[in-house]
Amino acid sequence: MRKLAPVLLALALTATACGSDGPVTATVESRTLTVFAAASLTESFGALGKRFEAQNSGVSVKFSFEGSSALVQKLTQGAKADVFASADQANMDKAAKGDVLDGRPSVFATNRLAIAVGKGNPQGVKGLADLARDGLTVVVCAPQVPCGSAAKKVQQTSGVALEPSSEEQDVKSVLAKVRSGDADAGLVYATDATSAAAKVDKVDFPEAADAINDYPIAVVKGAAQAQLAGLFRDFVLGEEGGKELAKVGFGPP
Amino acid sequence: MLWPPAVCALALVVLPVVGLLVRSDLTRFPGLITSTSSLNALKLSLLTAGLSTVACVLLGVPLAVVLARSRTRGVRLLRAVVLLPLVLPPVVGGLALLYLLGRKGFLGILVTTLTGEQVPFTTAAVIIAQTFVAMPFLVVSLEGALRGAGDRYERVASTLGAKPWTVFRRVTLPLLLPALGSGVVLSFARALGEFGATITFAGSLEGVTRTLPLEVYTQAEVDVDSAVALALLLILVAVAVIALARPRALEGVRS
Repeated sequence: MRKLAPVLLALALTATACGSDGPVTATVESRTLTVFAAASLTESFGALGKRFEAQNSGVSVKFSFEGSSALVQKLTQGAKADVFASADQANMDKAAKGDVLDGRPSVFATNRLAIAVGKGNPQGVKGLADLARDGLTVVVCAPQVPCGSAAKKVQQTSGVALEPSSEEQDVKSVLAKVRSGDADAGLVYATDATSAAAKVDKVDFPEAADAINDYPIAVVKGAAQAQLAGLFRDFVLGEEGGKELAKVGFGPP
Repeated sequence: MLWPPAVCALALVVLPVVGLLVRSDLTRFPGLITSTSSLNALKLSLLTAGLSTVACVLLGVPLAVVLARSRTRGVRLLRAVVLLPLVLPPVVGGLALLYLLGRKGFLGILVTTLTGEQVPFTTAAVIIAQTFVAMPFLVVSLEGALRGAGDRYERVASTLGAKPWTVFRRVTLPLLLPALGSGVVLSFARALGEFGATITFAGSLEGVTRTLPLEVYTQAEVDVDSAVALALLLILVAVAVIALARPRALEGVRS
């Protein structure tokens, strides 16, 4: 045993010496990219994250999907993130005012509202005016969330006044209520209705064109992975990003 | 020797409130808490928490007495089951209520067939959610007090000829009053602060289901000063209730 120890020590030292020279290292450093993204980006960014991880070895992308206003709040209170993608310009402007962005944001997609109804459209909803019908349980987003401000705008420009039963904090909660059958209809993004096509039906309405949301993306100031963040942002703005976003129904920027 | 951890414990509770006070703009306080949405939220909170507490008492007192005095097997399991809302995350509790009383839940379908109304998104749903989370507090404090007091007084009363309802009314209840007082305060405070189950089951609509905690959540992303002011209001209401609701009569008069 006594003779073995120096031999083992020598082996260990040589191993470390071998490992640390030259550009080709034995181990790949693992880096985590933290992305704060609007709830409506759950499916598309989830897929893009996986693609990005496949193309950049050692990188793992961690997402936080919430209402854009909640994300801005967290960023201004010091939450650590590398990239921020918002569902509207207003919340990105709030982030810029709160001095949490590095550089200028770029719009990577657009989205418009659609009506989500139960599978088979049991209530026969054909357009926005139908949502104001008596006895229909309608759920929308709260006004300070992007889908809620779009819903408000659409009501203003079309003159249809809705009486929602609840104002949810993010678009996925609205979708959940329609999916579970507790709401007859909900105003969600076209992309959300498409992503949940197995459980809900989508009803497009022309007035949605009056409230199109621009989705900007930006690198967060003081990002731990600033270089990686820039790469991800470019990835989203590039061709692959565009294709994945178009797949779920986002419009081009 | 016990002072350092005791002081730490106190600090853990008090310092966050101090932090809130220090960061808030108190000059805007009166204006923020008298806005329509704030007043609506306050009225709704007081109404629903009050009614929930009444429901907790009407349902919880019999349950506590049954759990404490019953000798049947399986009472132990029942006791654990009653604690379920304490362990369930409130959002999960709200989801469970939604699946039970919502459009597709079996009780929900029953309610709609009998009354034509649906339960979610109503003020009644808020009261149900609050009762669900607050009742265990009442049951646990009462049951503990009852088991501690023992049942010898009730047994003596029975041997003296009192009927079960008389025993309950004239012996059990007066013995219970101190524990009832603190149980009521605890469940009111819990009902007042309830958020997760309310927002998941009842939704959030001003004047109907948006209680003070929900209003704080709504404002937190728009106007942080407003959210802080409402949070302070909530604390004031809770402190006022706790201070007022412990009259001497409930603490038991030692003659």
